[in-house]
Amino acid sequence: MTTLDITQDLVGRGNREGAALFRDWFAELDTTAKSGGLSAYVFVMGSINEILKTFDLPVVFPEINSLQTAVRRVAHEYLEEAEDHGYSPDICGYVKADVGTQLRGGEHPMAQIPKPGITVLTNACNTYIKWAEIWERMYETPMFTIDIPGTRQAGLQTWKGNSDFEADRTYVEVQLRELITLCEEVTGIKFDIDKFREVLGHANTMSRSWNRILELNEAKPSLFNALTDGTIYLGVANGLRGTEQGARYFERLVEEMEYKAANGIGQTIEEKYRLLFVGVPCYPIFRRFNELFTDWGGTFVNSTYLWFASGGTNRGFEYDLSDPVASLAEGVLVSVRDAMDSMFHQNIVLADMAKDFDVDGIIYHPIKSCRTVSTGLADGRKHMTEELGIPSLFMESDMMDRRVVSEAQMKNRVDAFFEGLASRRQQALADPKVR
Amino acid sequence: MNTVSYAAGVDVGSTQTKAVIIDEDATIVGRSLIDTGANVIKAAESSYVAALVEGGIDEEEVEYIIGTGYGRYRVTFGNSQVTEISCHGRGAVHLFPETRTVVDMGGQDTKAISVNAKGEITDFCMNDKCAAGTGRFLGAAAAALDIPIDDLGPVSLQSTKPIKISTTCTVFAESEVLAWIGKGKKIEDILWGVHKSIASRSAGLMRRVGIDDEVTFTGGVTRNVGMVKALGERIEKPLNISDDCHYMGALGAALFALDNVKAGRTPVGSTAEVAS
Repeated sequence: MTTLDITQDLVGRGNREGAALFRDWFAELDTTAKSGGLSAYVFVMGSINEILKTFDLPVVFPEINSLQTAVRRVAHEYLEEAEDHGYSPDICGYVKADVGTQLRGGEHPMAQIPKPGITVLTNACNTYIKWAEIWERMYETPMFTIDIPGTRQAGLQTWKGNSDFEADRTYVEVQLRELITLCEEVTGIKFDIDKFREVLGHANTMSRSWNRILELNEAKPSLFNALTDGTIYLGVANGLRGTEQGARYFERLVEEMEYKAANGIGQTIEEKYRLLFVGVPCYPIFRRFNELFTDWGGTFVNSTYLWFASGGTNRGFEYDLSDPVASLAEGVLVSVRDAMDSMFHQNIVLADMAKDFDVDGIIYHPIKSCRTVSTGLADGRKHMTEELGIPSLFMESDMMDRRVVSEAQMKNRVDAFFEGLASRRQQALADPKVR
Repeated sequence: MNTVSYAAGVDVGSTQTKAVIIDEDATIVGRSLIDTGANVIKAAESSYVAALVEGGIDEEEVEYIIGTGYGRYRVTFGNSQVTEISCHGRGAVHLFPETRTVVDMGGQDTKAISVNAKGEITDFCMNDKCAAGTGRFLGAAAAALDIPIDDLGPVSLQSTKPIKISTTCTVFAESEVLAWIGKGKKIEDILWGVHKSIASRSAGLMRRVGIDDEVTFTGGVTRNVGMVKALGERIEKPLNISDDCHYMGALGAALFALDNVKAGRTPVGSTAEVAS
């Protein structure tokens, strides 16, 4: 193969293969729905895919289903259906789009969505609990809530070897063993510890690879867009966690990124400003939202989204296969706690990210329909700007609801932000003390 | 540099369109203000022509034009665009050099802008999609009370027993105002409550970027004496105000345009074509 052939084969392969795997995943859900098979409903922050995959349960991520209705520009139909049913315009758009899907008997633009045979959730998001109760009422679905102890104080997480940590880990392990028993009852399948180890091994490969991919994006120019490309990777990280396909995909993605890094191949635009993204993307105008930044040469090099929505892969945590259930408990504790920290104690990590990725600015994107991820952003922004001197932009819209997205106002803010960055850069050229 | 050069800024806002023409010394030589209406392109052209006429300037003498405001990309005869956020900051520091905080209250949004000594943005914050706490809020109150919008400020200053307006929603403001009228409250007391409500919301935006020692108030609402008083009281600082504050966006755009003239960056073959 010539260098050109290699480049054409490798560059963009992750996006192509990710999209194909995503379609395959939904095709499996479609088959399950039409055959009346069981599925497990789970969430991105603490999916416990590792146990569910051991029982061969197809996993449904209602959050991903919902955001797909927005990306495909039909979210309003689902939101209105739920609102007509009595749900408030002010609650989580993901919940309402899912309710709309359930009211339509699982009809979704990507597939027929199967009904839940079991629901597994953590306390990472308070809405998860009320959301799962909807399915419990609709279908009498067994609902299993795993209570994960969070960080007691910012920057003071406990780790393996600490007695508090061991108590927390044991608390999680006991719950996971109860979940295994419930899965046995629901599926009629005996838990297979060897298969479980195999699933954990695939998850380890994925986590190791994901960590490497994030690290590689420190390159200049950056290799992938954390907002757009990153969302494709996240889809695979969640839906195919613990599978051989998922593990292989991420190994090949590392190969692509290492090739791009070695050859100085960046994103599709010339990178002028490196940005961090905080919050959840604006899916109703996803492409245009990204273009508001790329039109100015702004590229997203990392995000909190790649952190809290990656199903724990971002930690790079690898399970000890010699003691699998205890090790899963440790991994779940660490990753879900970390996801919660991404919302409540994000400043320390953001400051490190800003330094490691040498960013020019931070984009804070609070969303109307999720107060959990949005409430602390104004304070966080103030801290990063005033204490650390990192320019930032605060712009609110929504991840689902087109009715509260004003593109003209967003563009105005983004343009003004880049005008400020440009003048700041000019000053820095004139006076190197100004960054 | 050419012997005689002018630069222009055209600020196409949601309610009104303003144009300012300045000479090489950055002195305003022509300006205009018209309602934007439904035809944004026409409004930009008409406003620009009116400013040319006021200044007695030929179109060919203007070397660079910058469009700003929500309709900045509809200034079809302009050379480039700059957001009104940057323009208000630049204009405010030009008129009041010690300004470090700018609050721009327009028809549809309110902006708090932090600037440096050159008038460059260091931070900014705006109201979200909702028009609460903007000029539109005052318009709703004027409609509910059936008084001309220009009388709102002077009437509000006659208040002796101000009432508290609890809503910040422009739509609900009208019904709340009517409710207070139904309770027999005086118009001036209701109006002062409306002004204080907007001032409170605007001050909140300003605190997000930090309120520095010298604050300049810009935008169309600066003509309202009640708003100037209410906002000054709320932030406990006097506000810089001038007759040009209403034109601040256009002035800032003209100053950026003048930068381009002086830098000799005028694009070749982009002579403005203005319908007269």
